[in-house]
Amino acid sequence: MRHIISVLLENESGALARLVGLFAQRGYNIDSLNVAATEDPTLSRLTLVTHGNDQVIEQISKQLHKLIEVVKVSDISEAAHIERELMLVKVKASGNQREEVKRCADIFRGQIIDVTPATYTIQLVGTSDKLDAFIQALGTTPIMEVVRSGASGIARGEKTLAL
Amino acid sequence: MTSQTQPDDKSADSTRATEMLSGAAMVIRALADEGVEYLYGYPGGAVLHIYDALFQQNKVKHVLVRHEQAATHMADAYARASGKAGVVLVTSGPGATNAVTGIATAYMDSIPMVVLTGQVMSHLIGGDAFQETDMLGISRPICKHNMSVRRPEDIPYLIKKAFHIAQTGRPGPVVLDIPKDMTMPNQTFAYHYPAEISLRSYQPKQQGHSGQIKKAVTALLAAKKPILYAGGGVIMGGASNELTELAKLLNLPVTNTLMGLGAYPADDKQFVGMLGMHGSYEANQTMHHADVILAVGARFDDRVTNNTKKFCPDATIIHIDIDPASISKTINTHIPIVGLVQPVLTDMLALLKQKKKKLDSAALELWWQQIEQWRTVHGGRYDTTAALLKPQYVIEQVSKITKGEAYVCSDVGQHQMFAAQYYKFNKPNRWINSGGLGTMGFGLPAAMGVKLNYPDADVVCVTGEGSIQMNIQELSTCKQYGLGVKIINLNNGYLGMVKQWQDMNYESRYASSYMDSLPDFVKLAEAYGHVGIRVTTPEELQPALERAFALKDRLVFLDIHIDPKEHVYPMQVPGGAMNDMFLSKTERT
Repeated sequence: MRHIISVLLENESGALARLVGLFAQRGYNIDSLNVAATEDPTLSRLTLVTHGNDQVIEQISKQLHKLIEVVKVSDISEAAHIERELMLVKVKASGNQREEVKRCADIFRGQIIDVTPATYTIQLVGTSDKLDAFIQALGTTPIMEVVRSGASGIARGEKTLAL
Repeated sequence: MTSQTQPDDKSADSTRATEMLSGAAMVIRALADEGVEYLYGYPGGAVLHIYDALFQQNKVKHVLVRHEQAATHMADAYARASGKAGVVLVTSGPGATNAVTGIATAYMDSIPMVVLTGQVMSHLIGGDAFQETDMLGISRPICKHNMSVRRPEDIPYLIKKAFHIAQTGRPGPVVLDIPKDMTMPNQTFAYHYPAEISLRSYQPKQQGHSGQIKKAVTALLAAKKPILYAGGGVIMGGASNELTELAKLLNLPVTNTLMGLGAYPADDKQFVGMLGMHGSYEANQTMHHADVILAVGARFDDRVTNNTKKFCPDATIIHIDIDPASISKTINTHIPIVGLVQPVLTDMLALLKQKKKKLDSAALELWWQQIEQWRTVHGGRYDTTAALLKPQYVIEQVSKITKGEAYVCSDVGQHQMFAAQYYKFNKPNRWINSGGLGTMGFGLPAAMGVKLNYPDADVVCVTGEGSIQMNIQELSTCKQYGLGVKIINLNNGYLGMVKQWQDMNYESRYASSYMDSLPDFVKLAEAYGHVGIRVTTPEELQPALERAFALKDRLVFLDIHIDPKEHVYPMQVPGGAMNDMFLSKTERT
C-alpha cells in the first residue's frame, strides 16, 4: 500500500544522505521524496512516498526514528490529510492543438506559465493521482518534458508535526 | 585566519580561567576528561597534530597496534568487558578504511565505541587529495552515527556527543572525522568540556511502559511451558543479576544466545544451554515447545530462529528491548516492552513479588521433567575415546583450569562454536566474540584489549589456524605491551566451518578450505619473543595448559593439533523449525 511519511529532521549536512542511505541499505522503496527547511531554519521537513506491507511500513518508521538527526516521524496517510504535488509540463502546442491543450489545462485547473509559438509550459498542482490523470488526458499532445516535485503533505485539522 | 579567539563573557565571569587549547590538544584533553585511559591507534599524516598533543601529556595512554583493524577490535573488546566505550584513533584514507571491519563488527553487536578518523584539510576535501577517503560515506551504514568537525572550537562538544550517542540507548560505534586543519597546533580556542548533553532528536527510552509490564507479568504467570531467552542486551545492559533473580523466582528454564552467554550462569541447573544453529538439543526443544517466551535483550536473529515460519508455533512472545526496531522485525511479538532491560526487569520483579503468585507448579513440574528428558538425548556428547585430540575436550579442559572465570575471546568458525558450547560461562562480560558480523581476526586483538585493561585476569584467545593468521602481526604489539594472553589455536589444517558445510552440502569438495604451508606457530611465537607450545596428543594437553597458565606474564601460543574431521553438533537443519537438528554425522531429529 502507498504511504506518505513526513519526517522532521535536523537541518545538518549528512542528515539527508543518512536517511536516503537507510532506504537503499534495507531495500525499502522510495517513490518520491522532497525536502526543504521549515520556518525554523534548524529543521528540515521531508515528505517521502513509499509502498510496502504493514510490517515493512512499521519497520521504515522505526528505522527512521533510530537515525540520530530525525526528530519526528509520522505516516500522515494513516489519518485525514492533504496531499499536493507540483508538476511542470512542457508540451508541443501549435495549430489546433494549442486550443485543445489550453482547454485541458483549464479543466485540471492548471496554468500556462510559459508560452512560445510552438510550446506551452503548464503548471499543475494536485494529488499525485490528479497529475497522472492530466498526463493521460494530454492524449496525443507531444510531451517534451515533465518535472514533478514528489508529493508533500500535511495532516488535516489541528494535528501537526512540529517540535 | 585568526590565531586565537577570545574567551566569551560567560567564561570570563567564571572563577576558573578559561584554558586555551589547540584543536589537537582539545581532542586529547576531552578524552582525558571523559575518563579514557587507553587510546588504540596508528599514526599517519592527517592525525600527526593529535599524536603530538598525545605525546605532550600523560593521562591518555596510546597503544600502537600493527594494523588499524586490531585497534578497533581492542577498543571493542574493552567495551564488551567493561561496558564503557573503547576509543580508536586512526589516520585518513587507508588508516580509516582499515578500521572499517572493526567498526562494522562493533555495530552488528551493538558495542559502544568512539572512532576518531583523520581527514585531509577541509579545503582539500572532495578533490581526491593524498590519503583522502569519504569516511563519513563509507562508515554511514556501519555505525550508529557519524559526524565531522567543521570548527575546531566544536571539538569538545562533538567528542562528548560521540560518547553520549555511543553509550546510551542501543549502544554502537560513533565515527568522528577530523580534518587536519581542525587540529592546527598554533591556533588555540577556549576549552570547555560539557558535563552532559541533551539532543532534542535523540532521547532513548529508559523505563518500560508500566501497562505493558503488567501484561507481561500476567502472561508469564499463566505459562505452563515458559522459557527465558536472554541475549547480548542483558550483558551490555548490566542486567545479569536481575535476570538471574527473575529466573530463580519463577523457576524458569533459561537459554542464552551466543551474545548472551554468561548472562545466566552456565553451571546452574536451570540453564539449558545456548540456543540456535549450534544450540543445545534441550535449548532448541524447550524453545520450540514453549507456550510463553520471555525474550530479553535478544533480537530473534536468523541464527537463532531457523525458519521464521516454523518458529515456536505455540508461543506467546514477550520481548524486552531498548530498540523498538528489533521488536517484531523477524518474529511477531505479542507483548512488546521498549526500555532498558535492567529497569524493566527490576519493575517486573517488583510486580511479581507484590503479586506473590507463582506459576502453576504442577504444569511447571511436568515441563521440567520434559526438559530433563531432552537433556539426556544429546548432552553435548563427543567421542572421548579417540586417539586424536577433540576440540570439545580442549575447551572443557581450558574451562576447568580457568574455573570458568577467564575472559574468553574467540575468533570465528568451528572453534568459536566449541568455545560457546563447552566453556562454562558463569559471569557476564567474559565471553567476547564477533557474533553478528562473524569477523575472523577478531580474537587476538580482542584478547589484547581485555588483557591490557584487566592485567590480573586470565585472558584466553580461542582461535584456529585460519582466523589467527588474519591478525597475527599483533603478536608484535603483545610483546611491546607485555600482554600475557593465552592463545588456544585449535589447528586442524582446514577452515573448519567451511569444510563442515562442504562435507554436509557439497559432497566434501573442499574448495579452498585446506590450509597448505602453515607456519610453524611455535617458532613464530618464539620469533616474536613469546612462548610457543605444540600439543598433538590428548596426554600432552593437561601439562601444556598448566605450564601456559602458570606463566602469568607471558604470551603463550598453544598450537593444538586436533581431529580435522570433527563437526560442530547439534546443527539446525536449514529451512526447518528450531528443533529440527542434525545430532551427529549420522543422526538427526
